[in-house]
Amino acid sequence: MMNWPKEIIASSIGNDNLRELARCGGVTAAYGVPREFFAMAAKALKGAGQPGGLAGQLAVLDGWRLAAEWATDETPFGRGFAVFAAYNSGTEYVIVKSDLPQDDPSFPSLAGIFTPALRFERQIQSLMGVSPEAHPDLRPWIKHEDWPWDVYPLRKSFDGKTPLKKVPGGDYPWARADGEGVYEIPVGPVHAGIIEPGHFRFQAVGEDIINLEEKLGYVHKGIEKRFESLGWIFGARLAARVSGDSTVAHSIAFSMAVEAASMVAPAQRALWMRAVMLERERIANHLGDIGAICNDTAFAFLHHQFSILREKVLRANQRFFGHRLMMDRVLPGGAAVDMDKDASEEMLKEIVWLSKEFEKLVVIYEDNPSLEDRVWGAGVLSPSVAKELGTVGFVARASGQALDARVQNPFAPYDRIVPKVPVLTSGDVHARAWVRVEEVRESMRLIREMLQDIPRGRLCVPCPAPRPGAEGFSAVEGWRGEIIYWVQAGPLSSTAGPLSSTDAGINRCMVRDPSSVNWLALEEAILGNIVPDFPLCNKSFNQSYSGHDL
Amino acid sequence: MLRILRQIFSTGIVTEPLSPAEESRITVTGALLEKKIERRFQRSVAIRFVDAGSCNACELEAHAANNPFYNSERFGIHFTASPRFADILLVTGPVSINMETALKRTYNAMPGPKLVVAIGDCGRDGGVFGCGYASAGGVGNVIPVDVYVTGCPPAPSQIIHGILRAVSPARKTGDGPGF
Repeated sequence: MMNWPKEIIASSIGNDNLRELARCGGVTAAYGVPREFFAMAAKALKGAGQPGGLAGQLAVLDGWRLAAEWATDETPFGRGFAVFAAYNSGTEYVIVKSDLPQDDPSFPSLAGIFTPALRFERQIQSLMGVSPEAHPDLRPWIKHEDWPWDVYPLRKSFDGKTPLKKVPGGDYPWARADGEGVYEIPVGPVHAGIIEPGHFRFQAVGEDIINLEEKLGYVHKGIEKRFESLGWIFGARLAARVSGDSTVAHSIAFSMAVEAASMVAPAQRALWMRAVMLERERIANHLGDIGAICNDTAFAFLHHQFSILREKVLRANQRFFGHRLMMDRVLPGGAAVDMDKDASEEMLKEIVWLSKEFEKLVVIYEDNPSLEDRVWGAGVLSPSVAKELGTVGFVARASGQALDARVQNPFAPYDRIVPKVPVLTSGDVHARAWVRVEEVRESMRLIREMLQDIPRGRLCVPCPAPRPGAEGFSAVEGWRGEIIYWVQAGPLSSTAGPLSSTDAGINRCMVRDPSSVNWLALEEAILGNIVPDFPLCNKSFNQSYSGHDL
Repeated sequence: MLRILRQIFSTGIVTEPLSPAEESRITVTGALLEKKIERRFQRSVAIRFVDAGSCNACELEAHAANNPFYNSERFGIHFTASPRFADILLVTGPVSINMETALKRTYNAMPGPKLVVAIGDCGRDGGVFGCGYASAGGVGNVIPVDVYVTGCPPAPSQIIHGILRAVSPARKTGDGPGF
C-alpha cells in the first residue's frame, strides 16, 4: 500500500525516471524526477485514486491534491535550483522534486493541471526567479511593480539585509471589463476598519459584481528569507509571528518540521499541551469571527455577545499560559508551558460555562430571520469549484470537501481523540459560519477529553539542529485550515543561527498558510453577488494577509 | 426577540470589572483620558488605523480595545474610516516596503495638528522581522512617531494607555510633531 504513489508516478513516467529520496522526514515518501517529467507526475497523481476499503480493492475515489509548490536555491550544496510539489491524498503526503540547472532554472508548469499552481508558480517566479514554462499569467505576485523585475530575494546571491531600491514607473496590468454601465471600484490597500492591508479591484454592473481581482503582497516582510538568517532557535519566534491569529498553529507546524528534519520525537506531554492550545486558538478565533459575520449584517448584538466570550477565552489563556494569544508557547522538542491539576480542573469548568453561553447565542443566530436573509445563499463557493481550487480548512468543509489535517496528518493525541469533521455542501456565508459553530462544539469536546488523560512526563526534549541537508515536512490544521512547513538544513558552512554556529543553518523554510490557496476561492465566490455584500463574504472567508504575503 | 432581550438583561453591563491591577490602570487611565479628550479634542478624538505590515496580532488587540470589556469609546475614542478627519494615526507592524507609500499617503492626508502612535514591538524597531529587503523596520523610520506602545502584542489596556500618553504632551516619547 505504501508503494501506491510510487506506482502511480512510475506507471506514467517509467520506473527508471523515478528516484526515491531518503532525506525528507514527515512525509510518506519523497521522489526525484527529471524536470521534463515534473508535470507528468502531477497529471498522473491528479488522475489517480486512493485505495479504499479492503486491501487490493482499488476503488478510485479522488485524485491527489496539490498541497504546496515551491522552489529552492541549492547552490550552497554545489547544485543548481530545485522545484518541489507536495501532494496529499487521504492520510498520505508525498513530495516530488526536480533538480534544475543553475543556468537554466525552468520547469514545466503545473498550472494547467492544478489551479492553485497559478499563484504558487507566480510566487516562485517572482521571488526565486525559477520559471514555470507555459504558465499563462506571469505578472509578478507579492513582488510589486515598483521592484526591479530581475531581483530574486530568495536566491542565495541576494543580500536580504539591505532595503530594496524601488524603480518608479512600473505598471500592473489588471484584468479589464468594458461595456455599457460597467464600472470599476478599487479598494485598499488601507481599508476602513481595523484590518490588514490588501487591494481589491471590482468590476460591476449596477450593484452586481462581474469580476474581482485581488492584489496582495502589501505585508510582505521577507519572512522566508528571514528564517535563513535567524536559524533554528530564533526561527521559532518568527514562525509564531507569521500570522498572529494562528500563532499556535504556525509554531506547531514549524516545530514539527524541524523535529522531522532532526528525527527527534517531541515530548509526549508537550504534544497534548500543543493540542489543547491549538483547540483553544480555534475556539477563540471562531468566536470572534462568527460575531464579526453577524456584525457585517448589522446585527451588532451578537457581535458584542460573541466578543465577550472571545475576551473571556483570551483572559483564561493569560491565566493558564501567560499570554492572551499563547505566543511562543510551542518550541521544537516540546512546549514551554505546563498545566497542573488545578489549572486543568479550572479549564474544564471554563469549558462547561463557555459551552452553555455559546449555545444560547447559537439559538439566537438560528432564530433570526434578518440574519438568515443575509447569510443564506450569499457568496456561494460550489463544491466542484472548491475542489478545483484546492481549498482547505473551514472554507473547503463548507463546500463539501472533507479535509482536516488533524485527521490526515494526526499527531498525538489526535490519533486517539479523533475530531469529527463537519462538512456542509451549500458553500455560502451561512455554511462557513455554521461549520465554525460545529467546530467550536467539537473543539470543546476535544479539550475536555484531552484534559482527562494528559500523559505525565517531561515537557521538552532536546532538539538538536538537523544534520546538513536534512529536510522536514509538516501539515497542521490551524483554525483557518492546513498549514504546511518544509525546512531544509544547509551544508555545514552555511550561515548558522547565533547559538548553533557548529550546526547547519536553515537553507530554506517554506511556509504555506491556508490563505495561499483560499484567497483564490474568494474571487470565485463573490461573482454575481452585490458590492455591498463583499465585506460580509470576505469576513466569512477571513483569510490572512500576513500569512499569505509572508 | 424574547431570547435577545433575555440575553441582553442577563448579560448586563460587562464593562469592568477587570483584575484589580488592570482595573485600577484602566479606570485611572480612562478618567485621565476622558478629561484630556474633553479639554483638548471637544470630547471626541478620532483615530485612523493603519496596518503597515503587522502579523495581525496587534489588530486583534486593537479590536479588543473596542469590545464591551474595555469599551474605549466611553472615553471619547472613536475609530474613523477616513484619515481626513482623524486626530491620531495608530500604526502597527514593521513598515513593509510595499506599505511605505500607503502609510505616508495616509499620514499626509490627515489634517494637522496630528499625533502618531506606533503599536507593538515591531512598530518600535521592526521586532522579529527587523530591517531587510522588504521591511523598513520601525514606524519611526517612515513617519514621525509621538508615542510607542511596546508589547507583542500589547494588551488592549496598554493600547488605551498609549493613546492617553499621546494626548498628554508631557509623556511624549518619540520625535513626532505633537499637539
